[in-house]
Amino acid sequence: MSEQIHSTKLQDKMERNVWAMLLMLIVLLSIGGIVEIVPLYYLDNTMEHNARPEILWQRGANQTMDDWNPGDGVRPYTGLELAGRAVYIREGCYLCHSQMIRPFRDEKERYGHYSLATESIYDHPFQWGSKRTGPDLARVGGKYSDEWHRNHLIAPRSVVPESVMPNYPWLMQNILDSARVASHLKGMQRLGVPYTDSDIESQAAKVSGLTEMDAMIAYLQVLGTMVRLDYGVQYRE
Amino acid sequence: METTNANQKYNFEVVRWFSVAACIYFVVGTLLGVYIAAELAWPFLNFDIAEISFGRLRPLHTNAVIFAFGGCVLMATGFYSVQRTCGVKLWSDKLAWFTFGGWNLIIVSAVITLPLGLTQGKEYAELEWPIDILIAVVWLSFSANFIMTIANRKSSHIYVSNWFFLGMMVMITYLHVVNSLAIPVELFKSYSIFSSVQDAMIQWWWGHNAVGFYLTAGFLGIMYYFVPKQAERPIFSYRLSVIHFWALMFGYVWLGAHHLQYTALPDWTGSLGAAISLAMIIPSWGGAVNGMMTLSGAWDKLRTDYILRFMIMSLAFYVMSTFEGPVMSLKTVNALSHYTDWTIGHVHSGALGWVGMVAAGALYHLVQKLWNREMYSVQLVNLHFWMATIGIVIYIVAMWISGIMQGLMWRDYDEFGTLTYTFAESVAAMHPYYVMRTVGGFIYFAGTVVMLYNVVMTIMGASKERSTQTAHAQA
Repeated sequence: MSEQIHSTKLQDKMERNVWAMLLMLIVLLSIGGIVEIVPLYYLDNTMEHNARPEILWQRGANQTMDDWNPGDGVRPYTGLELAGRAVYIREGCYLCHSQMIRPFRDEKERYGHYSLATESIYDHPFQWGSKRTGPDLARVGGKYSDEWHRNHLIAPRSVVPESVMPNYPWLMQNILDSARVASHLKGMQRLGVPYTDSDIESQAAKVSGLTEMDAMIAYLQVLGTMVRLDYGVQYRE
Repeated sequence: METTNANQKYNFEVVRWFSVAACIYFVVGTLLGVYIAAELAWPFLNFDIAEISFGRLRPLHTNAVIFAFGGCVLMATGFYSVQRTCGVKLWSDKLAWFTFGGWNLIIVSAVITLPLGLTQGKEYAELEWPIDILIAVVWLSFSANFIMTIANRKSSHIYVSNWFFLGMMVMITYLHVVNSLAIPVELFKSYSIFSSVQDAMIQWWWGHNAVGFYLTAGFLGIMYYFVPKQAERPIFSYRLSVIHFWALMFGYVWLGAHHLQYTALPDWTGSLGAAISLAMIIPSWGGAVNGMMTLSGAWDKLRTDYILRFMIMSLAFYVMSTFEGPVMSLKTVNALSHYTDWTIGHVHSGALGWVGMVAAGALYHLVQKLWNREMYSVQLVNLHFWMATIGIVIYIVAMWISGIMQGLMWRDYDEFGTLTYTFAESVAAMHPYYVMRTVGGFIYFAGTVVMLYNVVMTIMGASKERSTQTAHAQA
């Protein structure tokens, strides 16, 4: 009875030999991921700055991070912004706010120009999000004053009565630690984000005495302001 | 008599522990879900306490249901069915206990670290790097024990439920290892080595296949063992199981890209993901048909067997959500549904309907077998069934309405060609549906409490009976 083959020889072999089945699964299950992920690393049109280098900040040899001006192109986050981003991740903001504007008329009017891949090139991990319980934040920078953000983060319903966002009063109390910011900057440097050693030193020093609230606001205010995108230009096919 | 032999022949003790743990985590995971749902309906429930604010509890909810509940169900049913289908004891008892201890240690670490805000910031992969390493080790210990038990089997062929478990083990190892690659900057803080579009693709390759392999392939393995056992009939079609198994294994891997339609992900990747998503309706339904038609000629059992009802209802939800998913992956539909509550509703019709109900059915079956007695109360099983069903329906209807409404409000234009609604107006419009979702979720959660009570009473009855027997024997 057990000698009888009920299907193809190959299937029968795998049903009789766990190692054969395992090998087949190891090969088969790797295909989809390889086909969809690997080309994203070498196809030039994946990242828009390959065709338009001006999207990415081209830093001069003697320039420091302070020489960057809004619109100069995507640059690494300052120490304060990076600390703010760490708070953003810690509080799970990405669970309710996206940072990825889609190329639709209503999203353009509500949030601004559609997002580019290059805009999140220094985002480890990406913060595109998957849900808009609150609005998209990809271009929230400069839309509200620092004071508005402070009030909104402490008590969202004091400025937006309809909001369901939690209050974040503790951001005012928590003081940033320069040493921790330095270690985060170093981690980013190891991941390939172009910080020089002197950037790390000077950027970490700048956060001393500031609160998590300052960091969070600095991060929110830079979102979407790094590069000036032109509506007449097609960045993506 | 049969049970005494089985108890000696197999390692059921570790299965018992995993089963009880699964019942407890079912209650905990759904309770967390109800609480965060309530936070969205009534934000004062955040109480200005960092550790219980929505953004920190939400990862705890997803980790509790996926890893704590889902994991314990998979390990209980996996260790049970592999021994029964192979006719041998687990390869290593010690390794099985290591798996039990390790997995629960991971769960305890999640309960501590996630409310503290220690997170990698990747959905469903929030746990920080030391815990990630532990997950990999414990997962491989589970897989190795499972594979070696199959290698030692007495039967000539490997039964179909084990194919699905094997596929899950290989794929989850791939996904977890690659997606969690990160550089540590502190003891409990690391940054993903990926960024931008590549990170997005890898994250959703992980995200969708955590659903596709952990919560679908693994639970199909459960279905293939427990439905025929409970119905006391052989699986409907062997051929169908071969075809839909390989199609599912090959195809599911590709679907992650459909989470990124219209984003900065290149168009070719999203379209490829959507095309394969559509094709996946066929193998998904193949599995559902195979499970449901197993009852062919014995449909009357549904009238009397409440455990079977759980299983068949779970397959009905499986059919529904594996149709809904491909529809939502289409670009035109996705343009509306993405970023809305519709996605949340879809996930829950799969998680509460398919995963939760097939798990409940399998756990009830297991408890009766492992403690060798009928459930304490069949009425309570029936009550749980109806609470679960009604709870899910309320939940997903609320999310369908709120999701589609959000999508339509965001893109609505008035007669002057300007946006009709502010974002805040769309948030206010969601309130009644967020309340409704909380109610539906609460009913489902209360059902899991009923289940836990019923299971505990069954086990207590079994141990009381055993001690009376021992007393009689001694007298």
